[in-house]
Amino acid sequence: MAIAHAMAAGMSGIRTAGDLVARMQMSRGMKIDEAKRYVADKLKVAVTDLTDEAAMNEVRRDLDLGLVYSLPGFAKGIGAKFNIARLLDIRINCVDRVKSKIKV
Amino acid sequence: MVTRMGDGSLVETTEDQIKRDLREGTEDASLKGKVPPLSDDDLRRLFEILTAPSKFVSVERGNEVILTSDGGILSIGYNEEPSAGIPVGRSTMVKIWERILCADTAEIGHIDYSYKSIKPIVHAEQREMEDTLLTTVLPVFYGAMPNLGLYTQPDGPIPNPSELLPLGRIQEARECLERAMELAVKDMLYVGEMLYEAGADGIDFDTAGAAGDADFLATLKATEALKKKYPDMCVIIGMAGESVLGMHGELYYNGVRLAGLRPHEQVKLVEKAGGTIFGPAINTNSSKSLAWNIARAVTYTKACVREARIPVHTNVGMGVGGVPMYEVPAPDAVCRVSKALAEVAGLDGL
Repeated sequence: MAIAHAMAAGMSGIRTAGDLVARMQMSRGMKIDEAKRYVADKLKVAVTDLTDEAAMNEVRRDLDLGLVYSLPGFAKGIGAKFNIARLLDIRINCVDRVKSKIKV
Repeated sequence: MVTRMGDGSLVETTEDQIKRDLREGTEDASLKGKVPPLSDDDLRRLFEILTAPSKFVSVERGNEVILTSDGGILSIGYNEEPSAGIPVGRSTMVKIWERILCADTAEIGHIDYSYKSIKPIVHAEQREMEDTLLTTVLPVFYGAMPNLGLYTQPDGPIPNPSELLPLGRIQEARECLERAMELAVKDMLYVGEMLYEAGADGIDFDTAGAAGDADFLATLKATEALKKKYPDMCVIIGMAGESVLGMHGELYYNGVRLAGLRPHEQVKLVEKAGGTIFGPAINTNSSKSLAWNIARAVTYTKACVREARIPVHTNVGMGVGGVPMYEVPAPDAVCRVSKALAEVAGLDGL
């Protein structure tokens, strides 16, 4: 059922920019259109690019924001979230906690 | 043409019948919820979605919304019922959710999905959350239910209001609900704090109001307290049903009586409590058609979105939001619910 919803209406998560738009709803309480515009501005892409797999795969590679495929040399997991927090200018709870652990 | 009923069964129908069901569905929601019915244009768009010849439909490019879930990853593993029975741990389930399903968000929850049950094992939940967050990119919630029922006998220490009410011991029943609420708030705060300290991106109070107005009030109070302590915390509140049951009947939040509140009224209190995202739940009637249920869900949800300042993610699991009440809902019905709610109701997410 979740797959049907995702295919019919979802933003496709890290395959595109779904996780990034979700973070703006979660951290700033933005409605969907505002959240999309904010992320598009930060990524310097058009709003329509946010759900374009071809465009976003390149953007995510260039900005090191985490990828569907586990490719060597690219940021993964918490490393990608450090980049996301900086790029979107938001606080990510687990990133802050890792920073406090490693005294950064 | 064929369509589905609210129990998931496939039935023959006609275009005229679908039009009638759509109109009756929106009128039912309008009457019961005291919200405006859908416009003729909205009904025409729903008719097009319902009668699209392709088996699977999706939103137009640009109309995609965010998906959150309550316990969604658990359907992969072997502890939840129903689930796929694949023997993998929850951290692995989140990775599958992120990189195979490509979901926008994930949620970690325990098979015994209530805050009271999690309290004694919260350390294990913290460890699971910490491990998961190190190796995943998407936002990860921790979720469970307030579940006031667990605080009353035989599962808890407090006399059961459901046994007291038939005996006419109304005041005693109310006091029991109030005591259960106090215990629930403590557990929700404790577990919420522990999981946020473990790094969770957000806390999900799921199926809020399942035990009635005291259950909903416990959720609002816990949200308020968590947001006071952690202003940056994302709290998502997903409801149990379209109307708050007045099991107590005289509970108020911010001067508003909780019994009988509908989604467009519930969301205003969630906002006041500091909730970040609101998830209304519109009940599916299994003896009515998919068209009737979708029109009804869209009517309620559209009114809720109109009132809301925070993002609204309608519940669309089995038996809510227009999705048929069936263990394995057919994708041809599920996708029509998704498209209708995203494009006609104007949701921020599902």
